[in-house]
Amino acid sequence: MTPAIQVSDLEKRYPTVHALRGVSLAVEEGEFFGLLGPNGAGKTTLISILAGLTRPTAGEASVMGHDVVTDYRNARRKLGVVPQEIVFDPFFSVRETLRIQSGYFGLRKNDAWVDELLEKLHLTEKANANMRQLSGGMKRRVLVAQALVHRPPVIILDEPTAGVDVELRQSLWQFIRELNHQGHTIILTTHYLEEAETLCGRIAMLKNGQIVALDSTRNLLAGFSDKHLKLTIANGSLPAKLSAQIVANDGDSYTLALQDYSEVESVLAALREAAVSIVEMKVEQPDLEDVFVKIMGRQ
Amino acid sequence: MKAMSFNVGGFLTLLYKEVLRFWKVAFQTIAAPVLTALLYLLVFSHVLEGRVEVFPGVSYTAFLVPGLVMMSVLQNAFANSSSSLIQSKITGNILFVLLPPLGPWEFYGAYLLAATVRGFVVGIGVYVAGLVVTHVPMTKPLWVIAFAVIGSGILGNLGIIAGIWADKFDQLAVFQNFIIMPLTFLSGVFYSIHSLPPFWLSLSHVNPVFYLIDGFRYGFFGQADVSPWLSLTIASISFLALSFAVLAMLQRGYKLRH
Repeated sequence: MTPAIQVSDLEKRYPTVHALRGVSLAVEEGEFFGLLGPNGAGKTTLISILAGLTRPTAGEASVMGHDVVTDYRNARRKLGVVPQEIVFDPFFSVRETLRIQSGYFGLRKNDAWVDELLEKLHLTEKANANMRQLSGGMKRRVLVAQALVHRPPVIILDEPTAGVDVELRQSLWQFIRELNHQGHTIILTTHYLEEAETLCGRIAMLKNGQIVALDSTRNLLAGFSDKHLKLTIANGSLPAKLSAQIVANDGDSYTLALQDYSEVESVLAALREAAVSIVEMKVEQPDLEDVFVKIMGRQ
Repeated sequence: MKAMSFNVGGFLTLLYKEVLRFWKVAFQTIAAPVLTALLYLLVFSHVLEGRVEVFPGVSYTAFLVPGLVMMSVLQNAFANSSSSLIQSKITGNILFVLLPPLGPWEFYGAYLLAATVRGFVVGIGVYVAGLVVTHVPMTKPLWVIAFAVIGSGILGNLGIIAGIWADKFDQLAVFQNFIIMPLTFLSGVFYSIHSLPPFWLSLSHVNPVFYLIDGFRYGFFGQADVSPWLSLTIASISFLALSFAVLAMLQRGYKLRH
């Protein structure tokens, strides 16, 4: 099956910056894929190349099998991009904006889908309002609608929830999840790592224009097995046999490193043997933020 | 070769959007230049009528009207494509045109035609206003249309180049005030170049806008400073050269697709 996105040995050099250094990856149809990395890692450059906004210095990129340079018309028909910045044309209303965007893709009778998008994104009441009259959150929703107006099978969301309130964020993710369940491939960049952890089945991490991690979210989390047992004890001190596991200590509170959940039992046994009472106890698993920080730190 | 097809719907939509854009602010883009041209006509005709006869049997006011019409066509064609592009670039909404499957030809055709439409609308407005003031015969309408089309095409092209090249409004103003304005004002709008001293007469012959004004005026009075065929040839070559330059810029993605 043709991947939704295929990128091979992609290079992008600007006069003073080497933005992408041989990036290769494939995103399969129907995936919810995360593209993470610190600022300047090359995420936006990669997206811009896929969208045809930037031309690669070397390498190839395709959308649903269509090369973004040599077959750009078909590649762009298959791709919807929600940009990072809130941009709009102040001359037009919301409906005009969406009709015009449809027209660019050669779609003349697209009103039914435009109406559906307006409804799904809670914009129906503002359909005839000028873009200048909308709040920032509404403008961002219009950007989402513009990206979807030609029903692209692949959708790239470049930090779509930056500066967006919680309610809108939730409704936006619900809508994007629906699209993903319908078969749309979603590629997400975000600095909200908890969003990526919840939504993305697979994640690529970029640093200095290179992919430094590419795996399923589950494997990335499992690969960092440093689970922690947080304990607060009531009396005495921790038995000496546990001292090698201590990674942090604050008064009666201790954080112990665990290789495996089975180690919890041996810790409890040691505490019982030393007649130490437990006030509070919990096991903490690494989250994507821990994984991200470690991967970025070790490279 | 896959990228060679032409997106007709996309082209028509971009053209519609560009026309709608200036139509929505018609007071600024149509009424204001018509009024400006009318004021030129009233002031210059009041001062010079009866004192200057450029062509035999043609009053100065009547002589002035075609020049003002063409000057308005040219300036507004330039203003339309250049201002639309620079605004879109600075506000970032050029993105909406760059993401869809629109190739260089659709982009070029839509911006150029929209510039031509605005030039024509303003030009017709100035001509109608001129008819209120004086009688202006149009003896050879095909010449009038030909020069109006080519002239608005040339300035529309220059507007696209300026709009793509400029990164800020200041740079566009330099292009407009130091290139376009002198070329149009020193092109024989208000006078026949034969009334100029030899140096300025020679200089006028290297100004392509002079040929546009002179050829356009020939369509009204059947009289011109140089042969209308020479003017048509020079104008056509200028148009083709500029169109080639614009298409080359778009093909390369100059300042649009980095």
